[in-house]
Amino acid sequence: MIALRNAAHVVGSYAITFAAIAVYTWNLLRRARKAARQVPVEDRPWT
Amino acid sequence: MNHFGPTSTRFTRALGVATILGLGWLAVFGLLLSPDDVVQGSYARLLYIHVPSAWLAYLAFGVTGLASGAYLWPRTRSMQWDRIAGASAEVGVLFMALALVTGSLWGKVTWGTYWTWDSRLTTTAFLFVTYIGYLAVRDLGGSHEQRARRSAVLALLAVLEVPLVHFSVSWWRPLHQAETIERGGLKGLMLFSFFVGMIAFTLLYVWLVMHRQRLMMLNDMIDDSGLDRALAERRNEVAP
Amino acid sequence: MLSVWAISRLVAGKDLRVEWRSRVVSNQVVPFAALMMVMFAFALDSDSVLKRVAPGLVWLAAMFSLLVIVQRAFAVETADGALDALRVAGVRGAGIFVGKALALAAQLAVLELILLGAAIVLYDTHLVGSGIALLACTYLTATLGLSFVGTLYGGLAAGAKGRETLLPLLMLPVAAPVLIGATRATEAALGTAGATTSDGWPWIGLLALFAVAFGIGGTLAFGSLIDE
Repeated sequence: MIALRNAAHVVGSYAITFAAIAVYTWNLLRRARKAARQVPVEDRPWT
Repeated sequence: MNHFGPTSTRFTRALGVATILGLGWLAVFGLLLSPDDVVQGSYARLLYIHVPSAWLAYLAFGVTGLASGAYLWPRTRSMQWDRIAGASAEVGVLFMALALVTGSLWGKVTWGTYWTWDSRLTTTAFLFVTYIGYLAVRDLGGSHEQRARRSAVLALLAVLEVPLVHFSVSWWRPLHQAETIERGGLKGLMLFSFFVGMIAFTLLYVWLVMHRQRLMMLNDMIDDSGLDRALAERRNEVAP
Repeated sequence: MLSVWAISRLVAGKDLRVEWRSRVVSNQVVPFAALMMVMFAFALDSDSVLKRVAPGLVWLAAMFSLLVIVQRAFAVETADGALDALRVAGVRGAGIFVGKALALAAQLAVLELILLGAAIVLYDTHLVGSGIALLACTYLTATLGLSFVGTLYGGLAAGAKGRETLLPLLMLPVAAPVLIGATRATEAALGTAGATTSDGWPWIGLLALFAVAFGIGGTLAFGSLIDE
């Protein structure tokens, strides 16, 4: 287990990394949902 | 209808689940299970996220360069390459920022300083700034073809820039930080988890780029249809 | 159809004529550069430090002035759609690139000589006889390299109206090797901090490589960057 005096840098780095991934992903899906309202389903080549 | 959003497919959902499993293992192992390193103690745990972030960023910028080349090559020219280049650059910038932040935190606790003028660090920082500029150029507006050509040329110029920056900095400051851990310090489950991290971040990259470039495609379509609609309205105004 | 070289001579001649009549560089950019040299002295506040870093300050001031000159050089082109007119007239991008870069290099060379003079006067820098050849080569290669990069990215930023703020972000990272190389070579030529002339020549190689790489890259790429 991590000794407490060392924890800030390690836990902080993990927190920053995973938080950034989560925020970016969430933002990406949100923007996609918004944009998709204006494009009919049959026009999306991947569906 | 699926609740993972309109840009997801069965493939990206499977990919997403695998990524989440990999990242979950990485967080649990890196923070809780991993034994401390002999030299660096618990700081070695930073390896599991710092190295994959840096790897992902380099991979992303490499893909941007290749996709830009494919766009400019007349026989493979397609807007698809432009979208892949742009999506990849955006994801690359995010993870390069993460690699720089986690790297300087790591540097602070092991070398005693956030930053050293090492050629690898400095080149990385320049790559970061260069691709921020690249993203700004993508947002300049104009037609999609204009955006694609401009940014593709810029990405290839970045490929020219990087070795020049790297050589000049390494001549200027020839010292290198020894890679204490990467040289054979990892064993057993630690090495396994390191590879889990690399694979999970690579899957994450693929997932993010697929979604990002589909979003870009949606936005491009909206732009185009907006233009069509405006033209149609104009025609109706003229013809009574 | 004019050759690329003939076009570039015409474009360079036109740019220098515009500058000769408007005096923007001589009346605005040169005083700005001189002011920077004075401000550096305020900021660093130590004669010995100034003498040590004088070569770097000369090139730093040159790079910031370059940003201003490049913006000016392309403001002239985009103001009345002159660049578009050239393209519509079928003038090849390569010719425009080489011409504008040469005109820029000529203006920059004059400016850099003034900056070196300012360093001699203000920072107590001395020219060394044995370093003159090295200094001349540094000036030639670094000026060409900076001009090629400046023209290339200036053209890119000029295509987007109202986004001139983009130029420093795009250009400075690319020009960084010139700052490193030219500063080290100038230190060697002036004997700053015990550097010897032989330390400087490898940097000339880097500067020359840089100028050639961006000269060729710009000649190939410029047309598609300014195309509408």
